[in-house]
Amino acid sequence: MKFLKYNFKEQTNAAPLAVFRLFFGLMMFASIVRFWANGWIETLYLEPKFHFSYYGLSFIKPIGNYTYLLFIICGLSALFVAFGYKYRMAIITFFLSFGYIEFMDKTTYLNHYYFISVISFVLIFLPASAVFSVDNLRTKKKYLNIPKWTIDIIKVLLGVVYFYAGLAKLNSDWLFRAMPLKIWLPSKYDLPLIGNTLMQQDWFHFAMAWSGMLYDLSIPFLLLYKRTRVFAFVIVVFFHVFTRILFPIGMFPFIMIVSTLIFFEASFHQKIIDFIKKYILNVSSNDLKRQKRVSKKPLIIHQNYTFSSTKRKIALPILSVFVVIQLLLPFRSLLYPGELFWTEEGYRFSWRVMLMEKAGFTNFRVVNTKTGSSFMVDNKDFLTTFQEKQMSYQPDFILEYAHYLGNHFKSQGHKNIAIFADSYVALNGRLSTRYVNPKVDLYQQKENFKHKDWIVPFSSKIKIKGI
Amino acid sequence: MIKNFCILFISIALLASCSSSGEGEEVAVDSFDRAAMLTNFADNIIVPAYNDFSTKLATLKTAGETFTTTPDQTNLDALRTSWLAAYTTWQQVEMFNIGKAEELQYSFFMNIYPLTVADVENNISNGSYDLDSANNHDAQGFPALDYLLYGVADTDTAILAKYTTDANAVGYQNYITDVLNQMSILTAQVVTDWASYRNEFVVGVSNTATSPGNKLVNDYVYYFEKIIRTNKFGIPGGSFSGTALPEKVEGFYSRIYSKELALEALNGAINFFEGKHYNAITKGLSFNDYLLELDRADVSTAIIDKLAIAKTQINTLNANFYEQIMTDKTQVTLSFDKLQDVVQHLKSDMLQTFSISVDYADADGD
Repeated sequence: MKFLKYNFKEQTNAAPLAVFRLFFGLMMFASIVRFWANGWIETLYLEPKFHFSYYGLSFIKPIGNYTYLLFIICGLSALFVAFGYKYRMAIITFFLSFGYIEFMDKTTYLNHYYFISVISFVLIFLPASAVFSVDNLRTKKKYLNIPKWTIDIIKVLLGVVYFYAGLAKLNSDWLFRAMPLKIWLPSKYDLPLIGNTLMQQDWFHFAMAWSGMLYDLSIPFLLLYKRTRVFAFVIVVFFHVFTRILFPIGMFPFIMIVSTLIFFEASFHQKIIDFIKKYILNVSSNDLKRQKRVSKKPLIIHQNYTFSSTKRKIALPILSVFVVIQLLLPFRSLLYPGELFWTEEGYRFSWRVMLMEKAGFTNFRVVNTKTGSSFMVDNKDFLTTFQEKQMSYQPDFILEYAHYLGNHFKSQGHKNIAIFADSYVALNGRLSTRYVNPKVDLYQQKENFKHKDWIVPFSSKIKIKGI
Repeated sequence: MIKNFCILFISIALLASCSSSGEGEEVAVDSFDRAAMLTNFADNIIVPAYNDFSTKLATLKTAGETFTTTPDQTNLDALRTSWLAAYTTWQQVEMFNIGKAEELQYSFFMNIYPLTVADVENNISNGSYDLDSANNHDAQGFPALDYLLYGVADTDTAILAKYTTDANAVGYQNYITDVLNQMSILTAQVVTDWASYRNEFVVGVSNTATSPGNKLVNDYVYYFEKIIRTNKFGIPGGSFSGTALPEKVEGFYSRIYSKELALEALNGAINFFEGKHYNAITKGLSFNDYLLELDRADVSTAIIDKLAIAKTQINTLNANFYEQIMTDKTQVTLSFDKLQDVVQHLKSDMLQTFSISVDYADADGD
C-alpha cells in the first residue's frame, strides 16, 4: 500500500500553507463582516424565540447581545489567523467561536460552514505560520520548510469535499431527471442573455447536471496532477463563478477558489508572497536588511519545521482519526433504511450540496389524551418563516419542535399532552405527500441516531436510485 | 507566474462571456410570459376590484352621512345594505397586500376582527381617539361598523336610540363618520396609487424577494393560509384553541353574513388562481397557467380539485357561522381541514414549482 509508505517526515516548502492561511483568514473575516452587514446576526440568531439545536449540543444557544461579541471575536481571530499573529491561539479561538456560531441554530446549517469548521480544526495542528507571518517577526524565528503531510492533509480534505459531492450526484434524480436543476434553472429567467434562453432548455439542465457530477468527481485528481493543474484551476474558477451567479451561495465559491490554490507548487506561492510583500506591504529586501540591523535580535531562519515528539504524538493520531472520520461519516446514511433524500437520516455533514429541492407544510396538533380535546399550533407564534420552512421537511426539526411545543404547553398548565403532526412534503418536483405518520405522538418519540419509523416511507412512483 | 495568472483570469472572463452570448442560434424563449400574467392581474383583476370596492365604499360613506344626519330605520337599513355590499367587495381586494396597501398596512385598518368592543366604547365616550394608532386596529373598519349597526343594542329601536336619544348620541354618530372617513381616505390612497404603481407592478417579474411578482405569490399563499383558513374558520371553530370561539367569527354582530363573506373571499382566491377577470368569465394568464407551463398539471389539478372540495364543504354551513359553531362546530373544523388541504399544495408544491425567491430570510444556501 502506497499510503503505508507515506513519509511523514518528508519536508516541503512552507509557502503554500502560509498563503492558504492568509487567504483563509481574510475570507473568513470578510464572511463575518458580510454576515453582520446583512443583518443576519439579528434575523437568524436574535429574533427567533426558539433555536433548533444539534443533537447533544442543545446547550449551545445565542447569547443575547453578547452574540455580537462572539462575532467580533470570530472576525478578529480570523484576521489574526490571516496575519499569522499568535497563530495557534488565533486559530483555536476561530475554530471555537466559529463552531459555536455554527452550532447555535441548525436552521442555518450549510455544508460550507461545516467545511470551514473542518479546515479550521485541522489548521490548529498545522504550522501555518512558519513563514510570512507576524509571528516570525515576533518570535524572531521562521521556517523555510514544513512537513509535507501538513499540506497534503488539506488537499485530502478538499478532495473529499469535491469527490463526495460528486458521488452524491450519482442518483437517478440528478442524472436522469436533471432534478433539482430543472426546478432551479428556469427560475433564473432574470439573468441577462442566458436567462430566457439556456436556462429554459431541457438539454441544458441535463448538461449542467452531468457536467456538475463529472466536475466534482474529477477535479481533485486534475488538480493533483501537474500537467492538468492549470486547466483544472480554470475550470474551478469558472465553475464557482458560474454557480455564484446562479445560486445564493454567498462567499463559498471564493473560499473554494482560493483554497484550491493549495494544489499549486511552492514556487507559485512564493511568488504570491513576494508580490504581496513588494506591492502591498511595500517591503523590499533592503528594508528587511535594515530592519535586521535595527532590531536587537536577528531573525533566525530555520531550515525545517519539525514537530516535537510530544506534539507529533498528539497531532498525528488526532488528525489520522479525524481524516478517517471524514472519509467514513458521509457514508453513515447507508446504515439507515428508506430513501435518504426523504428521511434525511445521515444527510447532513456528508457533502450533499444543492442536491434536492424540498418544500413542506407541517402543522401540529396538541391533544389532551384524557379528554381528547385538541388544538392546532400557529407556527408563526414560535418560529420565524425561515425556521418554519426548514422545520417543515426535516424530521429532526419536526421532532425537536414537537418537544418544544409539548414542553411549552405543559408549562402553561396543559395536561396529558400528545403532539401530532399534519405534514406534507414535496421532493424534487414530485407532488407533495404525507410525511409524518399522523397517528404517532411525537412528544413520546425520543431523538437519537436510530431510524425514525414515524416518517411515512417514500411512496412516490418515481424512486430515487443512487449509490 | 503572476502574469500567467492575469492571463488566466482574463481568459476565464472571456470564456464566461462566450458561454453566455456565444450560443448564436435562435433558442426557444421561455414561453411563459410573466409580465403578461401580472398585466392580467393588474388590469383585469386588481384594479377593477379596487375600483368596484371604491365605488361601493363611496356609497357606504354617503349612506353613513345620511344616517348620521337622520338616524331613522330607513337610513339604518340603507346603511346596512351598503355596508354589506362594501364588505363583500372588500373580500375581493384584501388579498392584494402589495404596493401602497402593504405600505399603509391597509387591511389592518379595514378588517381586523374580533373587534375590541371596549376600545370602541371607550373611544366613543372619551370622544378623543387616534384611529391611525395600531392600538385601534381592532376598533375600526368593517368590524366596527358591524358592531355599530347591529351590535350596540339588542333591537333596532334600541340601536336607533343610541344615535338619537342616547346621552352620547353625537359620539356614536361621530364614530361612524370617523371610521368611514378613515376607510375612505386609506382606500383613496391605495386606489390612486395603483394608477402609477400599475406600471411598476406589471414589469415586476424579476426573481428577487422584493419583486412584485414574487411578493404576490407569497402574499397569495399567506392570504389563503392566514386570512381565509385561519381567521375565518380556524380560530372561531376552535382549531387553535381546543374550545370553539364563536364570537370570533367575521360579521359577529350581524350574525348572518359570515358565510357570504367567507365564500366571497374563497371565490376571489379561486378566481385569482385561475386568472378570471373581475366579475367576468373571461380568463387571462394566472398561477394556474404558470403551473401548466412548468409541466405541473398534477399540482394544478390538485389545487383546483381541493379548492372545489373546500367550497362544497363551506356551502354546507349555516349562513350564520356563530350558530353553526354553537350547534355543530365539527362542520367548521372540517372546512378548516379542507382549506388546509389546499394550503398544503400551495405551500409545498406551488412554491417549489415556481422556485421563486421567497421572502423568507435571504440567508445563503449551499
